[in-house]
Amino acid sequence: MKYYDKLIFEVSRPGRKGYELPANGYDTDGLAAISTALLRKDKPELPEVSELDVVRHYTNLSNKNFGVDTGFYPLGSCTMKYNPKINEEVAALPEFAALHPLQSEASAQGALELYYNLQQALANIAGLAEFTLNPYAGAHGELTGLMVMRQYHITRGDNKRTKVIVPNSAHGTNPASAMVAGLEVVEVKSKPNGSIDVEDLKPLLDETVAGIMMTNPNTLGMFETEILEIAKLVHDAGGLLYYDGANLNPLLGKVRPGDMGFDIMHINLHKTFSTPHGGGGPGSGPVGVAAHLVDLLPAPRVVKDADGKFHIVGKTDKSLGSVSSFLGNFGVMMKAYAYILSLGKENLKNVGPMATLNANYIKESLKDDYLLPIEGACKHEFVFDGLKDKSTGVTTLNVAKRLLDYGFHAPTIYFPLLFHESMMIEPTETESLETLDEFIEVMHKVAKEARENPDNVKNAPLTTAISHPDETTAAKKPILSYRQLKADQDA
Amino acid sequence: MSKVIEGLRYAESHEWVKVEGDIAVIGISDYAQHALGNIVYVDMPEVGDEVTAGEDFGAVESVKAASDLISPVSGEVVEINEELEDAPEAVNADAYENWIIKVKMSDPSEVDALLDAAAYEKLCENE
Repeated sequence: MKYYDKLIFEVSRPGRKGYELPANGYDTDGLAAISTALLRKDKPELPEVSELDVVRHYTNLSNKNFGVDTGFYPLGSCTMKYNPKINEEVAALPEFAALHPLQSEASAQGALELYYNLQQALANIAGLAEFTLNPYAGAHGELTGLMVMRQYHITRGDNKRTKVIVPNSAHGTNPASAMVAGLEVVEVKSKPNGSIDVEDLKPLLDETVAGIMMTNPNTLGMFETEILEIAKLVHDAGGLLYYDGANLNPLLGKVRPGDMGFDIMHINLHKTFSTPHGGGGPGSGPVGVAAHLVDLLPAPRVVKDADGKFHIVGKTDKSLGSVSSFLGNFGVMMKAYAYILSLGKENLKNVGPMATLNANYIKESLKDDYLLPIEGACKHEFVFDGLKDKSTGVTTLNVAKRLLDYGFHAPTIYFPLLFHESMMIEPTETESLETLDEFIEVMHKVAKEARENPDNVKNAPLTTAISHPDETTAAKKPILSYRQLKADQDA
Repeated sequence: MSKVIEGLRYAESHEWVKVEGDIAVIGISDYAQHALGNIVYVDMPEVGDEVTAGEDFGAVESVKAASDLISPVSGEVVEINEELEDAPEAVNADAYENWIIKVKMSDPSEVDALLDAAAYEKLCENE
């Protein structure tokens, strides 16, 4: 592939353009009508390029992309499953794509029906009473869910409940969302097998606890088998249970968070329900709640009346009010709904077992070369603690970079923080046995290389456009614009 | 193998303390800087702030992770290492030379609860 790393500004040539406007046939000068106070003094420095320049520039850049459509993407915790093209086809239907958020309910009944049906479908899958589809993505869903939790206690006049318990293995967004929601974070320890330490949890459960945030399976891909006991303990102490839907994929159609005792949850449509993510998605993070919390859900919501007509309902007394513009990322919802309908009840049930089988297959095939800190069957993902043989000095970062040379996306690395050399692998259900075998073969090859020629792995990647960016300078002095780059070059 | 210096006291959360009279000089261990990787930012308290043993007084950010700094002792911050504001990577270069804060201890006996070099070395081996 041709090496290409130009900026559009570097392709620019003075006076070059890709358009022609008709001559002004009127006597007026448009600019003259605008007050000089409002006019900018200098012309904007826009790139001056031909149509071919633009097309070639962006096509060359797009060739540098790596996505699920390009190759295997085992990025743990991100559920990088294939996004079926029918989703895109459905979301592009002009009857939906051209809708205006302010058009009348009567003329948007189909869209509202889809919205309503997706709310219902997610409620069924989650085992919860109702969903709002408004939040824009996972962390936004977490924040919304925690605001519901907080509001629940405040509405009951129980103002002491300000603490949220978060496991030390949790995704970083959990404590961050709790802080933003105005709650205080208390950490609960994990046992050596990665699941919540119930004995460490018990003393934390007092009258100041608003609730607990959990994923199940947890960050290590292990099912929290004591969840029913945990749910009872938290509920008895007056707290609520929040389910982070990041790891919902293995449970789809098999186990419902509501049945495990969770009161609030969010779902990442862009993970579990095959809508695009990475590079901006956009995402969607619907929030579901148990029956006693329905009144608190944000507005607007979509309801169905006795005649089968759909209506948008604004803020009611207890509702949190708006958390997004209008009804959220509607295009993403269409894709998720298309996914649910394409698979149907029967096939949705196969998603979890297939994702689990794929993860266990990789884990068992590689544990001779890579250190498996927690033995036993995992769910959709698992964590290695780097190479088994640490004597070569080859780190998880080196292995991850070497994988790029072989055309694979790297796994999630250095998360969770429970181990020093974490390598978190999630293959998802959509990969074939051949792809898994290819990945396993390459991982073995890299381990062998680490033993025989460690420098080769330490210097990887050897074939990518950029090999070793200076991460410290990138973090300390990021160059965020062309203007800044030019200023730096001129200086 | 990470460097552990004889004569310093260490916290299980990988901070070191050097006692100079009633002043505690505090930094992070070589093991900690190594585990964090390239450090890009050290978040420090201000002079005059109170710190409490066992509670965080700042954070270290690396390209890999952000980690709280836990104070091994209680007292008042009397000096911060301002050089780290522009050159946090100095901690990577020498974690013992480049201290982070100096604290006037309110209870110097808290130091007794900290690990000595041998015990800390053992802790690192088992991590």
